[in-house]
Amino acid sequence: MSIDLEKLAEQEYKYGFFTDVEQEIAPKGLNEDTIRLISNKKEEPEWLLEWRLEAYRHWLTMKEPRWAHVKFSPIDYQGISYYAAPKKKEGPKSLDEIDPEIKAAYDKLGIPLDEQKMLAGVAVDAVFDSVSVITTFKEKLAEAGVIFCPISEAVREHPELVKKYLGFVVPRNDNFYAALNSAVFTDGSFVYVPRGVRCPMELSTYFRINAENTGQFERTLIIAEAGSYVSYLEGCTAPKRDENQLHAAVVELIAHEDATIKYSTIQNWYPGNAEGEGGIYNFVTKRGRCVGRGSHISWTQVETGSAITWKYPSCILEGDNSVGEFYSVALTNRRQQADTGTKMVHLGKNTRSTIISKGISAGHGQNTYRGLVNIGKDASGARNYTQCDSMLIGDKCGAHTFPYIEVKNSTAQMEHEASTSKIGEDQIFYCQQRGLSAEDAVSLIVNGFCKEVFRELPFEFAVEAEKLLSISLEGSVG
Amino acid sequence: MLEIKNLHVKVGDQEILKGLDLTINTGEVHSIMGPNGSGKSTLAQVLAGRESYEVTEGEILFEGKDLLELAPEERAGEGIFLAFQYPVEIPGVANTYLLREALNSIRKYRGEEPLKHVEFGKLAKEKMDKMGMPDSLLRRSVNEGFSGGEKKRNEIFQMQVLEPRLAILDETDSGLDIDALKIVSDGVNALRSPERSFLVITHYQRLLNYIVPDFVHVLVGGRIVKSGGKELAIELEDRGYGWVEEESRQAVNN
Repeated sequence: MSIDLEKLAEQEYKYGFFTDVEQEIAPKGLNEDTIRLISNKKEEPEWLLEWRLEAYRHWLTMKEPRWAHVKFSPIDYQGISYYAAPKKKEGPKSLDEIDPEIKAAYDKLGIPLDEQKMLAGVAVDAVFDSVSVITTFKEKLAEAGVIFCPISEAVREHPELVKKYLGFVVPRNDNFYAALNSAVFTDGSFVYVPRGVRCPMELSTYFRINAENTGQFERTLIIAEAGSYVSYLEGCTAPKRDENQLHAAVVELIAHEDATIKYSTIQNWYPGNAEGEGGIYNFVTKRGRCVGRGSHISWTQVETGSAITWKYPSCILEGDNSVGEFYSVALTNRRQQADTGTKMVHLGKNTRSTIISKGISAGHGQNTYRGLVNIGKDASGARNYTQCDSMLIGDKCGAHTFPYIEVKNSTAQMEHEASTSKIGEDQIFYCQQRGLSAEDAVSLIVNGFCKEVFRELPFEFAVEAEKLLSISLEGSVG
Repeated sequence: MLEIKNLHVKVGDQEILKGLDLTINTGEVHSIMGPNGSGKSTLAQVLAGRESYEVTEGEILFEGKDLLELAPEERAGEGIFLAFQYPVEIPGVANTYLLREALNSIRKYRGEEPLKHVEFGKLAKEKMDKMGMPDSLLRRSVNEGFSGGEKKRNEIFQMQVLEPRLAILDETDSGLDIDALKIVSDGVNALRSPERSFLVITHYQRLLNYIVPDFVHVLVGGRIVKSGGKELAIELEDRGYGWVEEESRQAVNN
């Protein structure tokens, strides 16, 4: 196709800038003193320090998992700094007190922190490296009884909730990265929606990795009491650097009786350059428990960034009639690798789950769907529908699918559909003949391919996701 | 408007067009007929800019511009439209969405402002009604699950919205029943104007009863071997292509 590939490949990652702010950075390395330092910085109670230390001691006995279909050189866990925070004055955070440099950085990312300038109806928690710099619309949410704040603040202000639910879904010893996160987690969001409350606005957290040689280990905890509803969205970016940076988060969702949690992710961490240098290692554990009868957890993810993505947002369907959903678009271009999917564990009766996964591979990208549907012996009447589609752009990329199905109850109904297609020259030519450039044609076709997932996103973010996909595909047509 | 001189085209190792000459003036309707494998569709694809067809010799001028220098989307911008023989399906992309993007890309190419959603909606609705197509076809994914007839109708509908200068119809009649054929032909005839030219490629004379051409050309073995008026099409229908092929062989031998 008559496209200047060189030129397109250069208009890469537009969020790759670095913000020069005065930082407080912990010395590199990980030991019990590092954890004490973090806990001390966060002014945490003794029980949480102990909780962290136990996680750390367990982590020391664990090995990095290597079963995912991804390749990377060993991570030097002693070469990372586990705490980085912009220096700030003490006291309550208001917009005026935020470092103007940081404010400017968020403006540049298209996330103005000024409440007047923001998208109407979206509250934002902005996490910059290891700390939350501001949470907007807190008062308005408080009127409805909704708590939305940095988790470090929740530890101080709502210790009983944190103590009850931290590790309730993802135990400290769950896996290597979750254990590491439990030991060193710094910030992230905390959401509590009381009984019967429909959260009046979209909640969102914007994660930004800025400092060099650091890792980001955020922890998010969302609790929806009986009959409540909340929709939450996270976005992520990082500067362009030649070294890989580790992002190992843990997200826990708890839905009580008839509660609904919609959790959406637009992940756009720096993906590395065309040769595969640099980029974020995105090793994340996300899981929700539908503990109540008729509860509902829905994960929607658009994964376009990161050098390596390793994540399986999952649902444990404990309550009878509970529902789990997973809608995913994962795009790998250049040398990116993704191994992503979900686990749907059906324990309650008449539990239902839906999995729609759309994998797009371009350039030298490797894209793997890995999913488990497990129907427990008491889960009579359980149903699952899985649809897993892969699209290949070019002939140097790969798509892989590993669906695991374990059924212990004979009344279960399982449906599985899978397809792999190559983006057709015919389709591109057809669009070109109608006047579209080849690049626009590819992005139109890919967006069409992802439609079923995008329509699950809140409207503003669906538009954002489409744009992001187009940008991430640049240079993929050859 | 269109001037094709000594066009040679290869697909892979095989030469399909072997020195084709054709001139189409503004406002004329030309028809290309010929047996299977004679190179009819190759001509259509080359005019539209399909990359897998290699032009080894000759030139194509469109409004004085060297067409072979232009990318497919630039040719669309210049006003060339191809109604495909096999329109592709694009799952998840609404018919109306593709068409709006197409129209606005072409307008941008011409330095015109994009059409607003509402204006486009009105335009599309009006043309849709003309083609006797239900509104639901606008919202459905491009050609997905369309019947053969609906696909062809959709091509003509797109043509009506994009209003090209030169429309190439590649076997638009194939797979159509008589009612659909009539609707499609009416759609084409409605666009006939002194400013617009057509190149109608067909295997059968039947279509030419509805879209009456000014000139008919017979393509055999990669070359136009005979040209005439609309009566040539009728003669071909009666006598087949054999005699034309025979004539052309003799001409070569002499």
